[in-house]
Amino acid sequence: MRRAGPFLALVFRNRLAGFGAVVLAVIVILCLITPLLPLLPPNVTDTPNKFLRPLSEGHLLGTDHLGRDILSRLLWGTRLSLAVGFAAALVAAGFGTLIGVTAGYFGGRTDNVLMRLIDMIMAFPYILLALAIVAALGPGMLNALIAVAAVNVPFFARNIRGLSAGLAAREFIDAARLSGQGHTRIILTELLPNVLPVITVAVSTTIGWMVLETAGLSFLGLGSQPPQADLGSMLGEARAAFLTAPHVMVVPGLTIFLIVMSINLLGDGLRDALDPRLRSGALARPAPVTLIRRDGPAPVAEHPEAALEIQALSTRFEVGARVYKAVSDVSLTLGRGECLGLIGESGSGKSVTALSVTGLVASPPGVITKGAVRLSGTDLLSLPYRDLRDLRGRRIAYIFQDPLSTLHPLYRVGEQMVEAIRVHRKMPLAEARAQCIALLRTVRIPNPESRFDAYPHEMSGGMRQRIGIAMALVNDPEVIIADEPTTALDVTVQAQVLALLDELRRDRGLSILFITHDFGVVGQICDRVAVMYAGRIVEEGPTAQVLAAPAHPYTSRLIASLPAPGAGKRRLVSIPGLPPAVDRLPPGCAFAPRCHRAQQDCSAGDIALTHQGKRALRCLHPEATA
Amino acid sequence: MGRYILYRLISAVPVVLGITVIVFFIMSLIPGDPATAILGAYASPENVAKLNRDLGLDRPMVARYFIWLGNLLTGDFGRSFSLNRPVLDEITERFSATLVLAGVSLVLCAVIGIAAGVVSAARQFGWQDKAITFAVLIGISVPSFFLGMLLILTFAVNLRWLPVSGMYEIYGGRTLWDLARHLVLPATALAAVATGVVARLSRSAMLEVLRQDFIRTARAKGVAERGVIWRHALRAAMVSIIPVLGIQAGFVLSGAVYVEVVFQWPGVGRMLVEAILKRDLLLVQGGVTFVAACYVLFNILVDVAQSLIDPRIKA
Repeated sequence: MRRAGPFLALVFRNRLAGFGAVVLAVIVILCLITPLLPLLPPNVTDTPNKFLRPLSEGHLLGTDHLGRDILSRLLWGTRLSLAVGFAAALVAAGFGTLIGVTAGYFGGRTDNVLMRLIDMIMAFPYILLALAIVAALGPGMLNALIAVAAVNVPFFARNIRGLSAGLAAREFIDAARLSGQGHTRIILTELLPNVLPVITVAVSTTIGWMVLETAGLSFLGLGSQPPQADLGSMLGEARAAFLTAPHVMVVPGLTIFLIVMSINLLGDGLRDALDPRLRSGALARPAPVTLIRRDGPAPVAEHPEAALEIQALSTRFEVGARVYKAVSDVSLTLGRGECLGLIGESGSGKSVTALSVTGLVASPPGVITKGAVRLSGTDLLSLPYRDLRDLRGRRIAYIFQDPLSTLHPLYRVGEQMVEAIRVHRKMPLAEARAQCIALLRTVRIPNPESRFDAYPHEMSGGMRQRIGIAMALVNDPEVIIADEPTTALDVTVQAQVLALLDELRRDRGLSILFITHDFGVVGQICDRVAVMYAGRIVEEGPTAQVLAAPAHPYTSRLIASLPAPGAGKRRLVSIPGLPPAVDRLPPGCAFAPRCHRAQQDCSAGDIALTHQGKRALRCLHPEATA
Repeated sequence: MGRYILYRLISAVPVVLGITVIVFFIMSLIPGDPATAILGAYASPENVAKLNRDLGLDRPMVARYFIWLGNLLTGDFGRSFSLNRPVLDEITERFSATLVLAGVSLVLCAVIGIAAGVVSAARQFGWQDKAITFAVLIGISVPSFFLGMLLILTFAVNLRWLPVSGMYEIYGGRTLWDLARHLVLPATALAAVATGVVARLSRSAMLEVLRQDFIRTARAKGVAERGVIWRHALRAAMVSIIPVLGIQAGFVLSGAVYVEVVFQWPGVGRMLVEAILKRDLLLVQGGVTFVAACYVLFNILVDVAQSLIDPRIKA
């Protein structure tokens, strides 16, 4: 328990868990000191004074049907209920651990037999088994305890078995075996200490459950026998007259409720503290549109004739106090019918740029803080959600990487294509189907009629990518944003898909923003290329010029790392170092630490993107151009 | 699909056999002579000996098990001494009442629980989410037998909206309307905990799914948020919600015992409790075996439903 302090602090950061802990502590303390309190004896009857209301003289919570003091019975009853619940949890954990550790440690046949047995027991709705046990042994508190413990053994056995099977395969157990220690000794000294924390957590989270189950059996008259009080039997006895004297029933009922609730709250706190994802906020639901929080007005359009104009776009991720500047001041212009490549390593911000166009960056944590995205002159970032949504898929369509995860796994591909049409246009199903099948033929899917009814997992990667392309085309968009559409494919399929995209572009006059990390792909399809590094554009220009004479050292390294097709074995130059983390960008050029041409002034301050003819560059010491 | 169902049915046979073994084993734990336990302490020795012979109790345990099993397979569950009628007749009659109650509760908990979970996830951290989370906490913490009594007190006694207990009016035509009125309170009491659990799980399953890539694809297609949530996300979340519904069915069936007692519902749960208190062991033995076997069948149904919703499961 070295880390108990911070861990408890984590649990209590959840205020409700703290509340649960306090309530539970008060109840437990009251139970512990019950024998010391000046209470009336719990089992002494006083029938003339039966059913006294709460706050009566001498009876703070009133009396029950035999005139017994409810407060006294409540405290003694809670004491018994908690004790039995705790005991049942311990017994269940004990036997469960024994079975689980044996099965997990020995594995093989022992494991098989024990776990089949556990499965059998779990085939029962739990109370049936408990009822059968009580039926055989006869009603009574001890037998109820045995029954409740027995039905909960499988829960512990299963959890502990999984854990010990994992541990048994670890080196330190092997080491102990090789040193000649006996099985019992290994289990007791090596295995058990490692599963004990889990057992402790499991016991503490199931006690509430055990208390409730024993109370249930007592309520049915199968647990504690008169005159002995526990919470369940108090409720059960109160049932006979609960219409006339509801307080006799409400007092123990509320107490059970409080106990179970506080244990639940505490359990939630424990679970949250143990699950790192909850702490980092990674389970937040992404909003339909990226959060837009621009500090100034949108920049004025400069190229209204362009299909798509991205102006000084900045997108960042805000995780707690950290700010990751994924995209900083990126400006791109995509002409009509043009294919513009956006290239960079993973983490350079190219995909975030692409997703920012129609507000598809997950928020939280994504925020667009600056700039504009203009589709034929209209700023998409200023549009209300309804108008933006109407644009998505109709005028701007995406082709994503890895269609196995980007297509819905449970709908047929045809259904998904038809949906893409019908969210924008009213169209009879048969007509939509015919259109989609025609498109499947266009992207050269064999047997399109039967493929229409296939599920994504039934197709090959190349086929799925074609589906993704066909789905982007269903509404005849002006702009296609292709986010690494060929990365997941092998080389031949990649070439086919690229040829297809190029052909479609020419046939349909599409404007394509093509995101990739591969200069080879850029060379095959893009008219112009922009190179991104650490969230910024570092170089831009016509593909042929940039490929022939890269000016930025980063670009030249990227090109050099490319194996030239047909050139035989060429040395692969990888770029030393890693891209910087975008929450701690160095001043000046972010590539400087990895750059062989870097000088002192590179890291001095911001370097502007300078335009020269069709090319642009953000570098103080560019490669010597021929 | 037919093959899959057949395969699941065949693989359920050993489970059901295991259930009979466990029940038989537990029942053989009865301290002392079973015949005395059945007939009571004041039975004459001749009667005890006769019953032992009639029930085959003088044979060894393994032989007794197979005799019992053989009888079960021919539909002979024995005769209840306290009710003086065949155990199977009583069980089927009572079990149908339980099925109505538990079935309605399960549907309630599935519909309300999933809807609440989806709304909670869609409005994460909003007031709806907070209200639902609070209601869920109350729901999963309140014992069904306590909630049942509170409901009776409020809606049957004070407000007089609904009947206090039972399944039908004593002098009535046993109409569906009458049954529905009698069902509202017990079904609510029974569904409360399961609804909370289902809502909780649905919420986290939805949050998990909403971060997946195919949700982003749906948004990129221009699907409205309502369609994203209910058509895309919920469909995928159902894959993890359905098994939990199966587990909850077991808890609902268990909770039915308490609710049947509180509401005087003529179901199999109340029958078992009464049988235990009257030491009618054949009735207990038969009832437990029968209900457990039905539960196994139900779980097969859940798996079949799962394979229908998820085409990736090879049926």
